[in-house]
Amino acid sequence: MIVATDCGSTTTKAILIEKIGDEYRQTHRGEAPTTVEAPFEDVTRGVLNAIAEIEELSGRRILDGDRIITPCRDAKTGVDIYISTSSAGGGLQMMVTGVVQNMTGESAQRAALGAGAIVIDVLASNDGRLPHEKIERIRAMRPDMILMSGGTDGGAVTHVVEMAEYVSAAEPRPRFGVTYKLPLIYAGNKDAQPQVKKILGEKTALEMTENIRPVLERENLAPARNKIHDLFLEHVMQQAPGYKKLIEMAGAPIMPTPAAVGVIMETIAKRESLNLIGVDIGGATTDVFSVFGGVFNRTVSANLGMSYSISNVLAEAGLANIMRWVPFTIDEQTLRNRIKNKMIRPTTIPQTLDELQIEHAISREALRLALIHHKSLATGLKGVQQERTISDVFEQQTSGKTLIDMLKLDLIVGSGGILSHAPRRIQSMLMMVDAYEPLGFTMLSVDSIFMMPHLGVLSTINEKAATDVFVRDCMIYLGTCVAPIGQGQNGELCADYDIAFPDGRTVKDRLQFGDLRLYPLEPGGKAKVTMQPAKQVNLGAGAGVPVTREVQGGVVGLMLDGRGRPLQLPADQQSRVAALTKWHDAVDLYP
Amino acid sequence: MAHSYTPGLTVTERTIVRRRRVLPLPGKLLVAQGDRVRSDQAVARAELPGKVYPVNLANQLSIAPDEIKDYLVKKEGDLVQKDEILAENKPLIKWFKTEIRSPVTGTIESLSTVTGQVLLREPPRILDLLAYVDGTVVETIPQQGAVVETGCSLVQGIFGIGGETRGEIAAAVQSPDEPLTAAHLKPDMKGKIVVGGSFLPAETMTRAKELGVAGLVVGGIHDKDLRALLGYDLGVAITGTEQVGFTLILTEGFGTIPMAAKTFKLLSAHAGRKASISGATQIRAGVIRPEIIIPQATSSANSAVMQSQREGIRLGDPVRIIRDPLFGRIGEVSALPPDLQKIPTESEVRVLEVTFADGSRAVIPRTNIEVIEGA
Repeated sequence: MIVATDCGSTTTKAILIEKIGDEYRQTHRGEAPTTVEAPFEDVTRGVLNAIAEIEELSGRRILDGDRIITPCRDAKTGVDIYISTSSAGGGLQMMVTGVVQNMTGESAQRAALGAGAIVIDVLASNDGRLPHEKIERIRAMRPDMILMSGGTDGGAVTHVVEMAEYVSAAEPRPRFGVTYKLPLIYAGNKDAQPQVKKILGEKTALEMTENIRPVLERENLAPARNKIHDLFLEHVMQQAPGYKKLIEMAGAPIMPTPAAVGVIMETIAKRESLNLIGVDIGGATTDVFSVFGGVFNRTVSANLGMSYSISNVLAEAGLANIMRWVPFTIDEQTLRNRIKNKMIRPTTIPQTLDELQIEHAISREALRLALIHHKSLATGLKGVQQERTISDVFEQQTSGKTLIDMLKLDLIVGSGGILSHAPRRIQSMLMMVDAYEPLGFTMLSVDSIFMMPHLGVLSTINEKAATDVFVRDCMIYLGTCVAPIGQGQNGELCADYDIAFPDGRTVKDRLQFGDLRLYPLEPGGKAKVTMQPAKQVNLGAGAGVPVTREVQGGVVGLMLDGRGRPLQLPADQQSRVAALTKWHDAVDLYP
Repeated sequence: MAHSYTPGLTVTERTIVRRRRVLPLPGKLLVAQGDRVRSDQAVARAELPGKVYPVNLANQLSIAPDEIKDYLVKKEGDLVQKDEILAENKPLIKWFKTEIRSPVTGTIESLSTVTGQVLLREPPRILDLLAYVDGTVVETIPQQGAVVETGCSLVQGIFGIGGETRGEIAAAVQSPDEPLTAAHLKPDMKGKIVVGGSFLPAETMTRAKELGVAGLVVGGIHDKDLRALLGYDLGVAITGTEQVGFTLILTEGFGTIPMAAKTFKLLSAHAGRKASISGATQIRAGVIRPEIIIPQATSSANSAVMQSQREGIRLGDPVRIIRDPLFGRIGEVSALPPDLQKIPTESEVRVLEVTFADGSRAVIPRTNIEVIEGA
């Protein structure tokens, strides 16, 4: 019997996990507003409220006043353990520094992002800002923590010491609390440790750890990430209202929400040896996770989201990019005003179909932009010398290529309100397909009711329970998308296909450019798909080369996407609306 | 799910507000508990450390970093004037002499023999923290600031831009559904807080700037006019530091929306009275809404009631609909069905029934209304 909470920036979500027979299952769920702010200023209030709701629903007694009853007293009282994640109060905000922006600067950024932080700025010796501008910038920011890196072990110390001097001169102050010292992690050239200690030892709560880039060719992020987690618990959380109590209540260390989601994503990828992209689209931020060839990356787009940050999606994507997904015409002024009204009243929900379609259009752009951001950071190491053979002569690849290869992608996992709570699951599937434009064969899934953070922290103490619940209650397979690469005129041949369904039924047909088709294929069901692409069209094996694959079903089914890759949308308004309407009807997207 | 409604905005004739005034860094307190303060009076003062300018002497003199002490004319802690010599070399031939002059007036804060640079700091800047409202100091926070309390009328807006300011309230329109046109603004409105009706067109903003109006309070504006006013597209609703010439407060939202009758009546009734306003809005992590505080003429603070925290929504509560298609309409809660209901998007949500003044009714998701507080 486990109770887990996630203290989000607006709501605290609690779930109850019970052992039923040999299996762990998620049984009840409660939710209450987060209480980090005045008048409560105690995060545990919201936690207790959310758990009280579970009590009401389950009939189980879990609370004794302000205390969670652990361990279980009998079949109807108490739980074995309580665990939690938190992103309340804006999450963990960090500033990182490096010497060369796209080398140690990026490594430091990856270390912080991987630990679940929001990186508010990256300072580097060569970032183009003048020294006094850097100092002003450090002063103006109020991070929860600073990570300093720079230099390889044994290399020059001047630049990293110079950066330490800037940080010292700026006298950075933490976001919460006036009286405590700002935690600062030094993970740069080990030879500079004594100087850094001399400069910053007094002014900050300084911690030394191994260099994140001991040599140019290798990143060593784990020690710095672990240090970030330790300091998050020891310093940052201690300052946030009520967290001391929360830490005492919990039976395992409190994790930053994105770090917990990252653990789950990494576990899925490892268990099934998949390449995956995961996304958690929230009201304020969009987190993207990827595992390619076993390499994990996480980025957070701090100002792309569906409520607080909705207006910023408009600002970044531009009106035309949002409008291209909307299957009707609406004047610019009305749309702009509606988006701003959602921003100032973030808790409202679409009440009419056209409002829902507008939100789905915006989410496509938020997802698309967050992935572009992710691709730019999920890269190989930059500045590394590459060995070239004679065959590479004509291929001028620079170091630091993105690791995201859509053709090698096996699975997309979606989470967050707009994807988890879409009225029809096909809506989530098409939002992700339109935003990410997967190539070839790609499976898609969503988090049923948003419980990945809870399961992430659970997996650190009870792997089996986390896996059971994840498989049975959390992950909902939507199905597989098959998207040939290539473009053509509407109605031209894209590919001929054969599908052998598990019940013995077969379908033989041709997919034309401009077609979107959907075949039901139940969860757990597998079908054999043979695609014979037209001669300029590629399904991963080369132009015109036939491909046969076994594909997985899901609650939506098997989607054949002949809309072209890159995706083609008609340029003029009238034919665009007609095309969108045709596609939406083809997959029964809206009522 | 007793909490599944949006806490509304307060519009009340009588309440007590406390405003916590805290310096961004430790400083000196200028008032004591029990003091009466005016809105434009400083309650605390801090010295903001000056800007830091690094000068790399080693590079400029072409010497090793650990040699810089031999070339310095000034010591750590010394005051320097702009263009005063910081360091120089002493060559045999005068022509080769290099002098490094200070780029700023300030002090030499530190020097480093590892990097060869000196850090110069400009003199501190005085920062006065104002009381913001006329009232009484009820609490002092050593070195940080004070809490000022006042008995007042309070109107919270939904969104604003621009910082704290004060001025006399001027009613410019006759009814809450009348737009505030440029012709409504008169030269004697300089330094005042002008209350309009349903909409603020771009020309009125320009006119307000010309006249030097301190604040504008209206029902709605168009997003495109806001963008033109700011010069950029506002992405995240964290405001309060904009400098557009006046402080702007919206009471309803974006578009042409008549100001709620209650808000309009209250503000119009106080025309001629002095008010403190702030456009600062923050919708994430600790909601801050823009506000208009009109301190009561007599200090009858004790007779007013502290705003109490609401627990939930009840039948008969006045509510505002905050999402299309009925955005901006105001009515009364007439039913609270407990079960989830399917709405046209196919989502199953908790709903309530609202009855409007004309007797018509509508079923609305509970998250799409806000209670008009302070009734």
